[in-house]
Amino acid sequence: MATRQTQTLARSLLTPAVGLLFIWMIVPLALTIYFSTLHYSLLDPGSESFIGLENFRYFLTDPAFLASLQNTLVLVGSVLALTILLGIPLALLMDQPVIGRNFVRLMVIAPFFVMPTVSALVWKNLLMHPVSGLFAWLASLFHLTPIDWFNDLPLFAVILIVTWQWLPFATLILLTALQSLDEEQKEAAEMDGASAVSTFIYITLPHLARPITVVILIETIFLLTVFAEIYVTTGGGPGLSTTNIAFLIYSQALIQFDVGSASAGGLVAVVIANVVAFFLVRIVGRNLEA
Amino acid sequence: MARMATTRRVVISTAVAWLFGFLIFFPILWMVLASFKTELEAFAIPPSFLFFHWTTENYATVQERSDYFHHAMNSVIIAGGSTLIALLIAIPAAWSMAFSPTKRTKDILLWMLSTKMMPPVGVLVPIYLIYKTFGLLDSRIGLVFILCLGNLPIVIWMLFTYFKEIPRDILEAARMDGATIGRELVYVLTPMAIPGLASTMLLNLILAWNEAFWTLNLSTSNAAPLTTFIASYSSPEGLFWAKLSAASTLAIAPILVLGWFSQKQLVRGLTFGAVK
Repeated sequence: MATRQTQTLARSLLTPAVGLLFIWMIVPLALTIYFSTLHYSLLDPGSESFIGLENFRYFLTDPAFLASLQNTLVLVGSVLALTILLGIPLALLMDQPVIGRNFVRLMVIAPFFVMPTVSALVWKNLLMHPVSGLFAWLASLFHLTPIDWFNDLPLFAVILIVTWQWLPFATLILLTALQSLDEEQKEAAEMDGASAVSTFIYITLPHLARPITVVILIETIFLLTVFAEIYVTTGGGPGLSTTNIAFLIYSQALIQFDVGSASAGGLVAVVIANVVAFFLVRIVGRNLEA
Repeated sequence: MARMATTRRVVISTAVAWLFGFLIFFPILWMVLASFKTELEAFAIPPSFLFFHWTTENYATVQERSDYFHHAMNSVIIAGGSTLIALLIAIPAAWSMAFSPTKRTKDILLWMLSTKMMPPVGVLVPIYLIYKTFGLLDSRIGLVFILCLGNLPIVIWMLFTYFKEIPRDILEAARMDGATIGRELVYVLTPMAIPGLASTMLLNLILAWNEAFWTLNLSTSNAAPLTTFIASYSSPEGLFWAKLSAASTLAIAPILVLGWFSQKQLVRGLTFGAVK
């Protein structure tokens, strides 16, 4: 039984964490909202004035916004599709009797621990360089014209790099889920003469539904704000072709020093992320009760 | 009875799994190899895979020319500091929610989770301006603070899920024996909580070490950890592939080792306990 004394103690132990997170969430958010209603440029100090929703009108009707929204959706969608479509067979493969499975698992999980700036630069230079990169050499072996990745397919190049970083995450989660699958169920299906394909469709896949949802939601949260990979490889270009929402806001804030417009953009990003968060919180919350 | 694994099947799945594992790992391996080449060889076409002139000169140059050690220390201080402070704040909170839950505990937990959903770019402007005002730009303390707050929800969540698994009967027994809350904490809970604490700490060190939004935006040179330091190779030093590779290898090696140790906890921590 929790006495009143322990309850008071419990509350006082909880307060610092709650208080800090509350401040961390409220103060910057309130400032962002406030700045978003101002004409406020760091290049033109002292000219701050209230302009209502003008920044939102400016940000949302800027062609760069639509372009970057589209890039964000393509980036997030492609990486999600690739990591899951590649992650499922990879997880199934690693769930097989494989000699040295632990070592294979180490190799597969490794990219996740590589800091984003390193993976982006290694891919950009050592692999994707149009003249001296390994891919260019491979292409020349087959008498193909090497691809100039960051000029001809810039967004796809970024997608490949980010997929490489997140594939281990999807695979590891799916593998963890596979290993908790009841072997007997699969055996029973096999005894009844079910083919490997129908065992997969009717037993394995339904079991993976939940982890796949979790992968989608968590990756989406991180992928919506991909930044370092773009920052060190393309700088958002050529043109706007690899500018996502996060990078657009960054460039408005710290390159063009337009505080008002960047704040309006920041709020748009918060709204987008909250739509995703809404679903994730529901799924995790259901789990809390179990 | 376990399903029969025929030799043929084992051989095939082993070969395929090793092939894909190798392909996924290859960029890292290629980078490590390049770090031991001369600049000319790193650039050469056709590339040499193993039969090149092995040299460790790049590692020495990276230290000499760009003071690698300084940035590595920054990474250690920022990742370590933010993790420790986050743990200090999170342990009491998670303990209290796991052992004296109230009606609101679930709501508080979900609310904490939702703060993690806020995209950092949404608050980049105010944080940048606040840091500018208080002279915290390019300071270690500023980065420690922001990474600590950013990871606090994950730390609390992970600890909560671990504490939840400590059998309550043991606590009751200790209380019956007249243990005070302080003693209960030190002699009963701590030993049982250490594995959970260790893995929470590991995961957070990894996340903080690799964090590349705030570090890139809020540090330039003095406080720059390895993420920012490596980013400086994007141009024009990006031409020096062997040195880039050497710096990168050093930057990821420690975290790769830690990461390999904490694979299982990674799943749990990053999915907020939704997948175990």
